[in-house]
Amino acid sequence: MARRVAIIGTGHSKFGVRNDVNIAELAYESIRQAIDEAGIEPGEIDFAFVSNVGGWSSEPLPAVVALEYAGLTGVGTMRVEAACSSGSAAIKAGYDAIKSGEADIVLVLGVEKMNESPTPTVVEFIGRAGNYFWEFQNFGLTFPGYYALYATAYMAKYGATEEDLCKVAVKNHYYASLNPKAQFPRKITVEHCMQSRYIAWPLKLFDCSPITDGSAAVILASEEVAKKVTDSPVWIKAIGTASGTSNLSRRTDFTHLEAARKAAAMAYKKAGIDPENPVKYIDVAEVHDCFTIAEIMAYEDLGFAKPGEGYKLIREEQTYIGGLIPVNLSGGLKAKGHPLGATGISMAVDLSRQLLGRVEKGRQAPIKNGVALAHNIGGTGHYAYVTIYSLDKPREA
Amino acid sequence: MSTQREQADMFFKQLEEFTKTMKQSVGIPLVMDQKTGVAMWYDQRELKLKFLISIEKTRKFFEALSEGKVLATKCKKTGKIYFPPQVDCPDAPDSEVEWVELPKEGELLTYTIINTKPYSFGHYPDYTVGIARLTNGVQILAWVRETDPKKLKVGMKVRLEVVKREPEGYLTYELVPVEE
Repeated sequence: MARRVAIIGTGHSKFGVRNDVNIAELAYESIRQAIDEAGIEPGEIDFAFVSNVGGWSSEPLPAVVALEYAGLTGVGTMRVEAACSSGSAAIKAGYDAIKSGEADIVLVLGVEKMNESPTPTVVEFIGRAGNYFWEFQNFGLTFPGYYALYATAYMAKYGATEEDLCKVAVKNHYYASLNPKAQFPRKITVEHCMQSRYIAWPLKLFDCSPITDGSAAVILASEEVAKKVTDSPVWIKAIGTASGTSNLSRRTDFTHLEAARKAAAMAYKKAGIDPENPVKYIDVAEVHDCFTIAEIMAYEDLGFAKPGEGYKLIREEQTYIGGLIPVNLSGGLKAKGHPLGATGISMAVDLSRQLLGRVEKGRQAPIKNGVALAHNIGGTGHYAYVTIYSLDKPREA
Repeated sequence: MSTQREQADMFFKQLEEFTKTMKQSVGIPLVMDQKTGVAMWYDQRELKLKFLISIEKTRKFFEALSEGKVLATKCKKTGKIYFPPQVDCPDAPDSEVEWVELPKEGELLTYTIINTKPYSFGHYPDYTVGIARLTNGVQILAWVRETDPKKLKVGMKVRLEVVKREPEGYLTYELVPVEE
């Protein structure tokens, strides 16, 4: 029989250039906090899913390295990889394990140590994350480059401007300034962003998420366990998933991410959310703003705005608190930082704390429906995960 | 002005020299983080990554480049054209594919100019990557021979050309803007 799944503990490290810790120490910052918060004994953990992309960091088996350091050797584990959405993929794996009855308590850890390699090496690794042989080998795309292809097409079709893109960065830096865990907890202006150098025309430095070290963790539990250990569980209400072509040349257009649309449709259907008006149901969202254009496309792919009108939401400041729907109140990937494997779990941690009214003043969304959404994309729409979290127990497991 | 590759190599060279001194003085390859002063170990092992990738089944594609042709595969049963070419036809698994030449004319769907480059592309000046739709509907991603954003436009006509990529000296293809 399918069972309900709750988040009963959350942990989050400081994001940034973390040369002060190795990968196991960084992971433990979040593991310790999540176990403490859940109020469970480490020995009660049935399985540990560890999200990590790696390549740029030295340990090829980060799952066992992190568990050994945390005194958790012996528990079953695996590394989960779905590029930048690895964290949401690991949450799905943990969710499925509990839902099916295979496990009662699961640790989902995300950790990434990107600064162990210099920038050109990291740029190389992420640039290879598409189709290596046909699109990287000869043409040297970068991750900003992939999204820049979308930005060019989007701006040409709908008339959005580079200033509109910069407005996303300004919002996310503003909220990051209120989040002590963020890599860049400082405000910027549109001018600041417009004057930054091009990384992949038309995207500039301030349109891009940084290279980040960080970790995040959640403890998932069955309803039975959750009832015993906490009076404030956050439920995983629904998860939608999809994938996109590896070769960008095989996409139908470059103004939206088809995988994100599909994942959103699946999640809304499972959660009973009207796809025509999702903002009526959702109090707060974290979306995958690896680049500013990605946040604008996310508004449309999630149905917050009609196709071609996403840039108007940011122009009219509708995604600040008090607007149509507040988005990326953590600072987003853009300003909180984007340690790939930790990102999806960081979204789960921040949204859980949002729903429970626990985040810092100034970036706390008003919680009316008790529903939050995480939109986590791997690669350039190669993987897509949309996860709905809620305070109310899902009607069906 | 040095290339991005030269700058990256300089970074490692400086680390080598610094840690050489540290090994002599404190006995380990110790590096201090320039901003925070925290201690780091400079890796004493190096891995060279170069892959050997099978192109046996798509060999025709690579052979045709020397005749100036860019080929794709076409499923005999469904008529679907595959680019990049593939020899299996998942919509009709019993069918075979045949090789067809791609048309040369197309229009640019989108483009970007890569300023910050991957390490292995760090020796090139800034380059433009674009995606074009050819007259038969097939889309192709390649370098575009124009790096001035003012001279590029979504919808502009481009021509697919086989070119030799230097300094490596191998055949590949490129999109060339067509004067109108």
